Amino acid sequence: MRLIQQIGEWLDARVQLAASLRETAEHPVPRETASWFYVFGSAALVVFVMQILTGMLLAVIYVPSAGEAWNSLQTLNHSIALGWYIRALHGWGSNFMVAIVLIHMVQVFLFGAFKYPRELTWIVGIFLLLMTLGMAFSGQVLRFDQDAFWGLGIGASICSRIPIVGPWMVTLLLGGPIIAGSTLSRFFAVHVFVIPGMLIAFVGLHLLMVLKLGINEWPMPGRIVRKATYIKEYHELTHKDGIPFVPGAVWKDLFFGGCVLLTLAIVAAYFGPYGPSGRPDPTIIQTAPRPDYFFLWLYALLSLLPPEMETPALLIGPVIAILFLLLLPFIFGEGEKTWRRRPIAVLTILLVAVVFGTLTDLGGHVPWSPVMDAWSSDPIPPQFLQNRSALERQGALVFQLKQCHNCHSLGNEGGKRGPALDKVALLLTQDQLIRQVIQGGGNMPAYGKNLSPAETTALVAFLKTLHPTNQPPARDASRSVATEPAVNSPTGTNP
Amino acid sequence: MTLPDNLSRRAMFVKLGILFNGIIAALLAIPIVRYVLSPVTRSRGYEAWLPLGALDQFPAGQTRLGTFRNPDVQPWDGKTAYSDCWVRRIDDHTFQVFAINCMHLGCPVRWFPQSGLFMCPCHGGVYYQDGARASGPPERGLFEYPYKIEEGKLFIKAGQLPTPVSPSIPSAFVDISGKLPCA
Repeated sequence: MRLIQQIGEWLDARVQLAASLRETAEHPVPRETASWFYVFGSAALVVFVMQILTGMLLAVIYVPSAGEAWNSLQTLNHSIALGWYIRALHGWGSNFMVAIVLIHMVQVFLFGAFKYPRELTWIVGIFLLLMTLGMAFSGQVLRFDQDAFWGLGIGASICSRIPIVGPWMVTLLLGGPIIAGSTLSRFFAVHVFVIPGMLIAFVGLHLLMVLKLGINEWPMPGRIVRKATYIKEYHELTHKDGIPFVPGAVWKDLFFGGCVLLTLAIVAAYFGPYGPSGRPDPTIIQTAPRPDYFFLWLYALLSLLPPEMETPALLIGPVIAILFLLLLPFIFGEGEKTWRRRPIAVLTILLVAVVFGTLTDLGGHVPWSPVMDAWSSDPIPPQFLQNRSALERQGALVFQLKQCHNCHSLGNEGGKRGPALDKVALLLTQDQLIRQVIQGGGNMPAYGKNLSPAETTALVAFLKTLHPTNQPPARDASRSVATEPAVNSPTGTNP
Repeated sequence: MTLPDNLSRRAMFVKLGILFNGIIAALLAIPIVRYVLSPVTRSRGYEAWLPLGALDQFPAGQTRLGTFRNPDVQPWDGKTAYSDCWVRRIDDHTFQVFAINCMHLGCPVRWFPQSGLFMCPCHGGVYYQDGARASGPPERGLFEYPYKIEEGKLFIKAGQLPTPVSPSIPSAFVDISGKLPCA
C-alpha cells in the first residue's frame, strides 16, 4: 500500500491534478438529484466507452475493403476465439447507445434541464445525438452485407434529391460513381476516425458544462426559472442543502451503469452478432434490403408518404426538426421546469413516441411490400376453390400465374400491398372488376396488355365468387332493367 | 508609419504570427479540399461503353438479366465492381436496357415475365415491361441505359449508379400528373 501511495504522490507532484479532481468529484449537487432519473447520461458514457473498446478490438481483424470486408466478418464470427462475442457486444452496444441517448434526451426535456443557463449543454447534446445516429448508420455500412450495400443505394437516392447539387452529393457520399471499395473506405474513415473524434470532443464539452453549470435541480412546481435570479438560487440550493457528488450521487450512476453493461453482456451472449447477411454482390438481386431498427421508421415513412410529398419531407423535415431542437432552449428558456406543469411538453413526447413506435412497428411488418414469392409459394386456400366451376378454377390459376397474389391476400395469405380480395365481389360488379383488371388505377398496374380475353374472363369469373355464401355479389341494378323482359319494368304489379 | 499607442511590439508579433499561420492554413486547404472533392471534380466522366455479351443471349420478346463490369473500379472492389441490368429485346435490332435500381430508393427490381411487370421488394414500386411507371411510390419509370450493337454484341453506356434524378433517355419518362396513387 505504501508503494502505491508513493507512486501516487510521485505522479501528482508532476501532473498536479489530484486536488482539482477531488474538488470536481466532491462538488456539491442538489440533494434530490441523487435520483434514479439522473443516471442515463452516465450510462450513455459507459456504453460509449464500451463501444470504443470493442470497436478497437474489431478493427484488429476487420478489413475495410469491399472485396474482403464480408469475409473478415465471417472470420470474426467463426475462426477467431470469441470474435462473434466482440461483434455482438459492438452491434448490441450500438442499439443500447441509441436507446439510452434517446431516454436521456427525453428525461432532460421533461425535467426542463435544457432551460437557462444550460442551453449550450442541450445544443451540444443534440449534436451528440446526431453523431450517435451517424455512427449507427455508418456502422451498419461497415457490416458490408446485402442490407448495407442496398442501404447505401437508398442513402444515395435520398441524397440525389437535393436540388442542384444532388448528383455531386451522391458521388461524394459514395466516393466514386458506384457503391464499391471507395465507398466502404470512406465510411470506415468516418466511422472510425471522424465521428468518434468529434464525439469524444463533444462529450468532453458536454461534461465540462455539466460540471461548470451544475446538475439540473429536481424540478418542483412553482420553482420558476428566471435569468435574473436562477444562478443565485441554484448556488443557495447546492450550498445550503447540497451533497457532494462523490459519494452522494455517484453510487446510483455506478449501479445503473453496471446493470446496463451486465444486460449488454447477457443480451450479446444470448442473441449473438448481427449477420452479416448475404454477400454484398450487386448481381444477386433476390434481396429485400431492410435497415437496422433505428432507421425502420424512416423506411416506413418513405413508403407511406404520398410520392410528391417525399422529397420535401426528406429534405425539409429534418432541417426543421433539428432547427427546432436547437432553438428550443432559447424559445422556452425560462418558466416552469416540471413536467407536471408542462402538459404540451408531455403530449409532444407521447405523440412523438407513438408516431415513431408505430412507424417502426410497420417497418418490421412491411405491409406495403409485395410478397415476391406469394404467387409460387402461397397457395389459394381451399375454401376459395371448393364447388367452383372449371372456368372459375381456371381464373384462380390466372390469379396465381399473373402474380396477383403478390399484392392481394386471400384468406390472409399473400401480399398486403393491395386490398384483400376475400370479399371483393361484394364491392365491385363484374364490369367494374373487368375495368379494374384491364385498366388498373388506384395504385394498381393495368393488366390489359398481359391478359388475353379468355384469361380476363376466367379471372373475373373467379373474382366474382369471392363473397360470403349468404351475401349476394354486387350487381349493376341498371343492367337488369336494360336486359330483362318488360314484365319486370316499373309498370309491373307490386304486391 | 505610426503604431497605435496600445499595440506593443510583442502583441503585434502575436498578430503577425496568427496571420502567418492563417495564410499557411489557407494554402494547405487548397490541396486538402481538392483531395476531398476529387470524386466530383475529375474531368473525364465515369461512363464508358460496356459489353453485355453476344446478342443471342437475349432472345427477342424476352427480358433477361445482364451483368457488366463497371469501368471505374479498384482491384479491391471484389464483386461490387459488377452491376446488373434488365435487357428487354423487343425485336432483332431494338432493345431496352433498364437499370436494376428502382427509381424510388434504388432497391433492385425483379422481372415477372408472367405478368409483364417489374416489382420492387422495398416499397412496392411496379413498372411495366417498357419500364414505364405502373404503380407505387416511384415518380418516374426505370432508368434506361443508351445501347448500341457492334459485331454481334450488345453494348451499353454505363458506369455511374442511376439515381431518381439521373436523366434517362426520353422514352423512359412518364407523365404521372393527374394519376397520382392514393396509397
